[in-house]
Amino acid sequence: MKDFAALFAALDGTTKTSAKVAALTEYFQTAPEADRVWTIALLSGRRPKRSVTSTELREWAAEAAGMPLWLFEESYAMVGDLAETIALILPVAEGAEAPSLSAIIAELTQLTGQGGEVRKAAILAYWARLGPTERLLFNKLITGGFRMGVSQGLMTRALSTATGVDEAVLAHRLMGDWSPQTMPFERLVREDASGSASRPYPFALAAPLEEGPETLGDPGGWRAEWKWDGIRGQLIQRAGAFALWSRGEELITDRFPEFAPLADFLPPGTVIDGEVLAWDHQAGRPLPFADLQKRIGRKTVPKKLLVEAPALMLAYDLLEDAGQDLRDRPFGERRARLEVLVAGLPEGMPLRLSPAIGFESWDGLTAKRQAAREMRAEGVMLKRAASPYHVGRKRGDWWKWKLDPWTVDAVMIYAQAGHGRRANLYTDFTFAVRDGNALVPFTKAYSGLTDAEFGEITRWVQKNTLERFGPVRRVPPELVFEIGFEGIQESPRHKSGIALRFPRMIRWRRDKPVDEIDTLEGLRDLLRVSRG
Amino acid sequence: MARNPVLTFTDRGIYCPDGDFFIDPWRPVDRALITHGHSDHARWGHKRYLATHQALPVMRHRLGQIEAVGIAYGERVQIGGVTVSFHPAGHVPGSAQIAVERQGEVWVVSGDYKVEPDGLAEGFAPIRCHAFISECTFGLPVFRWQPQERVMAEITRWWAANAAARKVSILGAYSFGKAQRLMAGVEPIGPILTHGAVEEITAILRAQGYALPETVRAVAGVDGKTHPGALVIAPPSALGSAWARKFGPAEEAFASGWMAVRGIRRRRSLGAGFVVSDHADWDGLNAAIRATGCERVFVTHGYTAPFRRWLSEQGYDAGIVATEYGEEVEELPTEGAA
Ligand SMILES: [Zn+2]
Ligand SMILES: [Zn+2]
Repeated sequence: MKDFAALFAALDGTTKTSAKVAALTEYFQTAPEADRVWTIALLSGRRPKRSVTSTELREWAAEAAGMPLWLFEESYAMVGDLAETIALILPVAEGAEAPSLSAIIAELTQLTGQGGEVRKAAILAYWARLGPTERLLFNKLITGGFRMGVSQGLMTRALSTATGVDEAVLAHRLMGDWSPQTMPFERLVREDASGSASRPYPFALAAPLEEGPETLGDPGGWRAEWKWDGIRGQLIQRAGAFALWSRGEELITDRFPEFAPLADFLPPGTVIDGEVLAWDHQAGRPLPFADLQKRIGRKTVPKKLLVEAPALMLAYDLLEDAGQDLRDRPFGERRARLEVLVAGLPEGMPLRLSPAIGFESWDGLTAKRQAAREMRAEGVMLKRAASPYHVGRKRGDWWKWKLDPWTVDAVMIYAQAGHGRRANLYTDFTFAVRDGNALVPFTKAYSGLTDAEFGEITRWVQKNTLERFGPVRRVPPELVFEIGFEGIQESPRHKSGIALRFPRMIRWRRDKPVDEIDTLEGLRDLLRVSRG
Repeated sequence: MARNPVLTFTDRGIYCPDGDFFIDPWRPVDRALITHGHSDHARWGHKRYLATHQALPVMRHRLGQIEAVGIAYGERVQIGGVTVSFHPAGHVPGSAQIAVERQGEVWVVSGDYKVEPDGLAEGFAPIRCHAFISECTFGLPVFRWQPQERVMAEITRWWAANAAARKVSILGAYSFGKAQRLMAGVEPIGPILTHGAVEEITAILRAQGYALPETVRAVAGVDGKTHPGALVIAPPSALGSAWARKFGPAEEAFASGWMAVRGIRRRRSLGAGFVVSDHADWDGLNAAIRATGCERVFVTHGYTAPFRRWLSEQGYDAGIVATEYGEEVEELPTEGAA
């Protein structure tokens, strides 16, 4: 644990990328190999099996610290991180020599399924012997959430420097469902065949196009398609494996049983990049994202939901064909092969091409992009016809050209302090629009302003609080903000009857008086437009 | 017949009806007793001020022409129907708790305070009282400070490592109190440079006789080349500014109690943060309240709601007083002095 704690301290103690990569590189050269494997796993979003629930942790920690549970909860609300809260409130321990990272994880894994008293005794024993940093890390291990301010890309870069293995090759080797418990370090970084047959490729990502497409040069070298608002996924059909991965590297095959027939029809050695959507078969376009959302959280899908929100994949790209890795081939060629493949499938399969948007000029494409909202798309994707399938986000070849957000002017009526990095600022606001003489709350938003603005608003909130409800303060309706959002839908759960998608503050409208904010009727008009 | 309480809480500040004076008021009043020179406690615009002799020079510097009288720690003066005395609060040089006594009934206003001696401010002295009005800036059990010498050693190590890498170390700290405590507490392994705002207060305190090391005001032309391996002490707002860049290659850190929470440190996107506070931590607050022997506590200035509930569960008659002192944002880098 000592090496790992030192690594954490080094990463946490700097904001400089070069220093982070250097610390990781050294760790990957010197730490015990089993620990390196676990560190790779943790930094790529894998986590040890949970042996303790968060309710148990809260109760045990409060008890060990000699405080009532409510005080623990208040502390947690302020800190915003369970692992850190526990580390901070426990009595100071002097930190004896701790076992290695992999040994601790092995012991934690063995605790799963044991009785409550056994698990409690084991956790309390660790708390009593670990020093402050080790205790925080230990808590991160048992609570699951592991973020060390290091992206997977940065970790891969350091691992590449440490081992001399090419970065893109490594990125691919680290994908899929290998088990850090059994995978030896050398095999993980050196061998291609070490993973399972279902291993996905690293996703290629697009950068946002801030200006118009004219900056991209001759339109003839570019291809356009819709940017869908679903779950980006990779569908894999190989000998002995049929798998659907989400971009977050989660295996979601079982959540979407409608794809199962594809296992019989896709030729072996096929990998497709596409978007999983809940599909409105009558209208011939996706259902609102909210319908897909109902399916994401479920491991098993009730029949009713399969009928109401049937899933479909719209294919963007072909990464592997007949077992051959196509990622170096130009997009134009990959797309042509994808079209052939999809054309060969029988009718009614839940896999279709994401339609190409034909255009002759940038003006022509700009005009077509206006239809995105009607298509329930977020905008347009632009891909260079000659581009390979990059690992991760490489600027220059793939662009996402989103629609401008919708906006509404609204007034703040409640404020709540933020969590974690904004724990002492009021950053979470509830907004209202006018409905006749009344104000109707319709959305919350908590991002989009500068820290200085949040600081100023915080002081205003403290001076102008009308009422407190726990952490929430009611304030006079005086501060007006422009709220941007990507979509709007009906919501019987909300008083206003509507819910916004991706709401955020675009700016503080100090220039705008409260009687000029937008109305609920105006929002309902937007709703009608979006239902089209 | 029940008498009115010794101290009452008004929209201008804490008020003593029998003495007709206010303590740390935030609106202009006729007579103000001031616990310490931080701007949220010593405000401009009162007719008459009363503060410790040690607090007055900085207050005069900050407030300009004021009509003020000094008082010694422990000295008792009669004001109207009450007796008033000032006692060390350990917060910053010259800071005091103010005790108000009426026929044997003692109320104490803590002002801002810290229990651990810091080697610079007059050490905190617990005062027996019936009612205690306590700040609770850090009134949650996640705030527990390490002993000062350990943090100072940490800062010295950071400074030495930066100096070895040929970098200047820029430390953000409040110009009054924290800045001087740090320069007095670190091991002097190189030159100490100061921002103008820090230097002005430092010079005043040095002239008062507080033991402070030699400092160099970082005027134009003073940088990492003229003073290699220097420690620069500056107000938090100077971190990341053009002023900070003039020193050349540098590392920045912020010294504050808020740095105990990782998320808050990251918000400032600072690599290093040192947990140094001039306020009492959780254990300090509890110990201080216990030492007063009081029955009634009024909490103010911080995590008042949970702290009040905690105290009432400990058997105190506890209430909350709304004040306009720094509150939750106190000590935040975007703020003025606390
Ligand atoms: Zn203060
Ligand atoms: Zn204060």
